[in-house]
Amino acid sequence: MCQSAPIVIGQTTRDESAGGRALQRVAPGIENSKKEEVSQVKRHATFGLLLLATLAVAVPAGAAEVPGKIGKSASTADHTKFKELQGPFATGPEVTKACLSCHTEAAKQLHKTTHWKWDYYNAATQQTLGKRTVINNFCVAVSTNWPRCTSCHIGYGWKDDKFDLTSEQNVDCVVCHETTGTYKKFPAGAGHPVYEEKEFPPGSGKKWVPPDLAKVAQSVGKTSRKNCGSCHFFGGGGDAVKHGDLDSTMTNPGKALDVHMDAKGLNFSCSDCHTTGSHEVTGSRYAVKAKDKNGIDVPGRTDDTRASCESCHGMTPHAKDAKLNDHTDRVACTTCHVPEFARGGRPTKMLWDWSTAGKLDEKGKPVVKKTADGKETAYDGMKGDFRWEENVVPEYRWFNGEIKYTLMGEKIDDSGVVPINRIGGSAADPDSRIWPFKVMLGRQPYDKKQKILSVPHVFGQDDTAFWKHYDWPKAIKTGMESVGQTFSGEYGFIETEYYWPITHMVAPKEKALACDSCHAREGRLAKVGGFYMPGRDHFAWLDKLGWLVVALTLAGVVVHGLLRLVLSGRKG
Amino acid sequence: MKTALVFSRFERFWHWSQAALIIGLMVTGFEVHGTYKLLGFEQASSVHTWLAWTLIVLWVFAIFWHFTTGQWRQYIPTGENLLAVVRYYSVGIFQKDIPHPYKKTIRAKHNPLQRLAYLGFKLLISPLIWVTGLLYMYYNDWPSLGLGALSLGTVAFLHTLAAFLMLVFFIGHVYMAAFTGHPWYSYLKGMVTGYEEVEE
Repeated sequence: MCQSAPIVIGQTTRDESAGGRALQRVAPGIENSKKEEVSQVKRHATFGLLLLATLAVAVPAGAAEVPGKIGKSASTADHTKFKELQGPFATGPEVTKACLSCHTEAAKQLHKTTHWKWDYYNAATQQTLGKRTVINNFCVAVSTNWPRCTSCHIGYGWKDDKFDLTSEQNVDCVVCHETTGTYKKFPAGAGHPVYEEKEFPPGSGKKWVPPDLAKVAQSVGKTSRKNCGSCHFFGGGGDAVKHGDLDSTMTNPGKALDVHMDAKGLNFSCSDCHTTGSHEVTGSRYAVKAKDKNGIDVPGRTDDTRASCESCHGMTPHAKDAKLNDHTDRVACTTCHVPEFARGGRPTKMLWDWSTAGKLDEKGKPVVKKTADGKETAYDGMKGDFRWEENVVPEYRWFNGEIKYTLMGEKIDDSGVVPINRIGGSAADPDSRIWPFKVMLGRQPYDKKQKILSVPHVFGQDDTAFWKHYDWPKAIKTGMESVGQTFSGEYGFIETEYYWPITHMVAPKEKALACDSCHAREGRLAKVGGFYMPGRDHFAWLDKLGWLVVALTLAGVVVHGLLRLVLSGRKG
Repeated sequence: MKTALVFSRFERFWHWSQAALIIGLMVTGFEVHGTYKLLGFEQASSVHTWLAWTLIVLWVFAIFWHFTTGQWRQYIPTGENLLAVVRYYSVGIFQKDIPHPYKKTIRAKHNPLQRLAYLGFKLLISPLIWVTGLLYMYYNDWPSLGLGALSLGTVAFLHTLAAFLMLVFFIGHVYMAAFTGHPWYSYLKGMVTGYEEVEE
């Protein structure tokens, strides 16, 4: 009975069309833990009986339909009936004030999060990171470009470095919780939506219409892929630019694109894995968990985050082919299960070359060239040259979760490619696994004399903004001074690379990599060193010597046989 | 001279199934090694593992058989007549009517050269291939087995080395055993039927 009973753990699926009805699914890996439990039963008969009894109770409940996760319909509160939310609201902060009149602690909770602070201290590397501090090779840095960058901040009005981080009313509740799909932060609005109709980008003819804030406020619910995606799918200034494994195609992905978020299947939302407590979202790209040794997470017993594959699947998820489980200690799940990124039909940016920016046409407008397929911008006078790629095979590296950034003001070696971040790990380190990465290449301005990456001032209406006057020295000077640096006057462009661990766009298992994707002479791991891998590695001289001896032996017996034949013929 | 049962039913079963398994192991093994592509890595390594376990089981029976029947004595090396046999294969065999210097009996059915070759197979090549092969299979358990200091490269090297030795043995053995009798196929026939001409 025990063997055949489906054990139901955690993940249920939401099927909104069926009114929140849920189907039971069992994640690969749960089966194995079941077997472990079964063997324990044998060892401890008394406890086993208790366990069996528990299972017997659990089975009918699991087999039957159970209420789905709390969606709008299952909530005990209907926000459309709240008098506080009837509006009208003129601004976002007014909505927040209404929210906080009931959710008294919400803003205080959010104030502690990286989403709000844009500031993160990595204890392992002792580096202060966060969006306000790091330099990247997309739009480079936040300082002096605030209103453009903070259009993805969960607040209102971060338009310069004097923003009040203790303001409760400036927390934007609805960007994460509204469900109408009409609320959008204006790209250059410092986190505000538009309150009157505007055009953006200027001259594009694309109209931004003010949302009905009362409707938006009344629609609040749990966060959805669309909510999180409104920023995370558009990082780096546009759809699919930054991550490679997160873009607008993940709003309603099919099974082939993401087996968990499959809108018609498991239909996970981001927070199904990125679990939250007091508004703190788990899972961080600054401090990655390269190997989740907690295995399957049990609420209250482990770390209360499911932001790792192992949280649900454990370390031995392959029930049918146990040999695969021998890989999980050294190979990250996504190495095989995300065979390519940018698979949804949106190419991701793989290279951004600022050095060619600044070409203007006869009217003084930046030159824009499309890619051959017309899908993307290949060159933009404001930003330089881009390379876009779809269905990208990741690069693979040993990785232990440690990521060290090249910080503002840190001396760089300009003789080669400068790492925006360095990833830790090696074959010799048992906590490292082979991980897939998007490696973003850049060519960006730096102070040639001081050998530091520069913080260019690109966005703004003032005299020095690059996107206004296309004058690098001015833009670099303003940018550097804003972070307390002095520009030497000499600038150049340096090649940079930026590692992005790939964790999303998990393909169905049929599409996972096969053995010989890596176990081959020139496979995907051809360049990953420090270990011997069957099929890829061999001792060239042993092979040469071996085959030589085999050939000599073969020649020897053939000659011996022929000689016998010839000689016996002659004599006979 | 008389015709007698030299290779019992078990011995013949053991020999031929071992032959088939070793051929299969060589074909799949060199694919896993990356020498060529035939079944694909996944299939090749899985077949290789299954064949290996089958051969291990066969070996357990064969070892049991050797000790219970005392047949292991057939492989005790001897220098007596060794040079004569070597001389026969390098010179005499090319001349007409030179008889094989070794007269086999039921109690000593292998000539001194065979004894050496088979002993080398059993005490050198096979143990090397089994030990390194089993280590290979249990690579993930090395730390818990106290073998954390081993390197997969070393084990793979020795396993490959043993595989080449096995292939060289195989070529030599097939030629000597299947083509050098009188008539040329007589040893082969003996291994199939079990019956051979032996001294009284």
